Amino acid sequence: MKFKVDNNDVFASTGGRPFDKKKPLIIFVHGSGLTHMTWVLQTRYFAFHGYNALAVDLPGHGLSGGESLKSIEEMADWVSAVIDAVGHKEASLVGHSQGCLVTVECTSRYPDKIKTLSLMGGAGAIPMNPQLLSLAENNDPKAVDLMMDWAHGPAGHFGGHPVPGLYHINTGTMLAKSRTIQNTLGVDFRACDNYKNGFEAAKKIKCPTLSILATDDKMCPVIEGKKLAALIEGSQIDIIDNCGHMMLLEEADRVLTVLKKFITNNYPPLSS
Amino acid sequence: MSDKKKELKPNTYKFDTLSLHAGYQPHKNAGSRQVPIYQTTSYLFDDVDHAAALFNLERGGHIYSRISNPTVGVLEERVASLEGGTAALATSSGMSAIFLAVMTLCEAGDHLVVSSQLYGGTVNLFRLTLPKFGIKCTFVKPRDTEGFKKAIQKNTKGIFGELVGNPGNEIMNMPEIAKIAHEAGIPLMVDATYQTPYLCKPFEHGADIVIHSLTKWMAGHGSSMAGILVEGGKFDWMQNDKFPTMTKPYEGYHGLSFAEEFGPTAFTMKARAEGMRDFGPCLSPQNAWNVLQGIETLSVRMKKHCSNAEEMVKYLMNHESVAWVSHPSVPDHPDHELAKKLLPNGRGSMIAFGIKGGKEAGVAFINNVKLASHLANVGDTRTLVIHPASGTHSQMDEATLKFAGLSHDMIRLSVGIEDIEDIKNDFEVGFRAARKPRLVSNQ
Repeated sequence: MKFKVDNNDVFASTGGRPFDKKKPLIIFVHGSGLTHMTWVLQTRYFAFHGYNALAVDLPGHGLSGGESLKSIEEMADWVSAVIDAVGHKEASLVGHSQGCLVTVECTSRYPDKIKTLSLMGGAGAIPMNPQLLSLAENNDPKAVDLMMDWAHGPAGHFGGHPVPGLYHINTGTMLAKSRTIQNTLGVDFRACDNYKNGFEAAKKIKCPTLSILATDDKMCPVIEGKKLAALIEGSQIDIIDNCGHMMLLEEADRVLTVLKKFITNNYPPLSS
Repeated sequence: MSDKKKELKPNTYKFDTLSLHAGYQPHKNAGSRQVPIYQTTSYLFDDVDHAAALFNLERGGHIYSRISNPTVGVLEERVASLEGGTAALATSSGMSAIFLAVMTLCEAGDHLVVSSQLYGGTVNLFRLTLPKFGIKCTFVKPRDTEGFKKAIQKNTKGIFGELVGNPGNEIMNMPEIAKIAHEAGIPLMVDATYQTPYLCKPFEHGADIVIHSLTKWMAGHGSSMAGILVEGGKFDWMQNDKFPTMTKPYEGYHGLSFAEEFGPTAFTMKARAEGMRDFGPCLSPQNAWNVLQGIETLSVRMKKHCSNAEEMVKYLMNHESVAWVSHPSVPDHPDHELAKKLLPNGRGSMIAFGIKGGKEAGVAFINNVKLASHLANVGDTRTLVIHPASGTHSQMDEATLKFAGLSHDMIRLSVGIEDIEDIKNDFEVGFRAARKPRLVSNQ
């Protein structure tokens, strides 16, 4: 579906079901340089099971208009504005990687609006490798290739996509190269590198929170995810073995099973 | 110690490694080092919710082997990885892959621009069968790059061609034709069977959909029929209103828009969800496994195919019984320079040559070679020969043969990986027999 935030067009996938204001809202926030399509193996399930599942394209990404937002704080405010724009008062948030920084910040800023928080491959801070940051800011496609390498665990490098016939690494590469690299990945990486408020924001979060971490995650290692989770009261952790940072694709079924249980228990769907 | 920082390099697996490993994780398959053959029609659902989720494309997995199968899935991922594609869909043959690609793209009333130099079966599909579905085609000679542009109509939904035409070895100027297609907002579909991804990766030159008859060099051993279509993931289906079946809500899946939901894999998702469901040209798991065995040695075999082919080109060019030789490695081949650019790892192992003495000599040659096999296939490990005018293209009339660039003296040679001296010796026997009737008539 398309709607406006700050006079810019926003695209959000609804998981293949029409948007229905009566249903509770879950917003999925993608990682650096990516789009709503990374969530396809999670959103469609929730959309068919009593929720409005909105996988947004951040401004300047995927099918959304406008320019990429330059800070995690701006992105957090934008997510809150999305909730207003679609006519809801509250939502459950799910973030991946950079999307975790955004959703943590958003939840700390708008505690009354956010009912549950699910973090995948999250950390309190995501400092960027200077070379990688420079490559992305200089529009070098090598930045995408490096990201895809590091984002997939050793098992994920062999493929084994849950959807028959799809090949992870090339699909991710195409998503990240679908718009100008320096305007998406470059801006996102800089925003991640600049963001320093993650641990302080985490301390303010009181809603039910789940962190899904992966043993082979090089970008946000388990130890960093645990540090963040330790600051969030009552936070739950689920650790996936033999999986990298792209757990939402590498171990999509496991992620969906954990997410489904957590969200339905803490933020029930509209019963049919 | 130097304080110079080490340059970062991606460590994703490279071609030879992907040929052996892509698409398969042993730890998820009882530790089986080989890819298991999942010889089953169907798959247990955990519960009703799980079944519904699979049917609604809410989660990945297998339902019924007509739609997908784990062994076939490994093959699909492996080929997608080797081509640099986002997704692939294997079919029962190369022809069914072409048909599925066209039916995923087109509806009745649509039009395609098609290269005229194609395998005879493909010509008949585009010329005679697709019009029965209301899909019309305009044929353009593969070297007539501007001709592709001129042939595009308002209802044109794509351009199709064999990168190197069968059997005349004419090469499409893929980068230029891709530009023409993209300026018109339509995809370029390329049959790259003759090249395999070892010799050419068409996505790097602008193609959007790549098709292979896996029966040929990919499987490589003449044992199994299989085809595949591979998606590049760059084509924007939403850039215009030409592809409503990709962009508009699809009734068959609760109003799903394939382009919105699946983006760089939308074409493959639609081909599977709609095409495999409705037409059902599925690949058997046994044949998928056979093809996987072939792909494990693809680069090793292709090197030998190409080096043997170049030796045969030299041999044929200097032979008294040969009137002409067509192979992109020949310096005066019209596409010699283009071939250097598009096929840097080798120019392929298909040679066309004209035998002195015309059709009669050609028949004598084919009937007398003993090592080379006379059959309707290419890309076997063994050397194969055929006389196209009386074999693969025999269903064409005289005018169509001429338009397809075929002549009665043409022999199509698919060079195998036998010892090169044995192939040459065998050809000497064939050429002697081919000269014999002429020698007799000259006396």
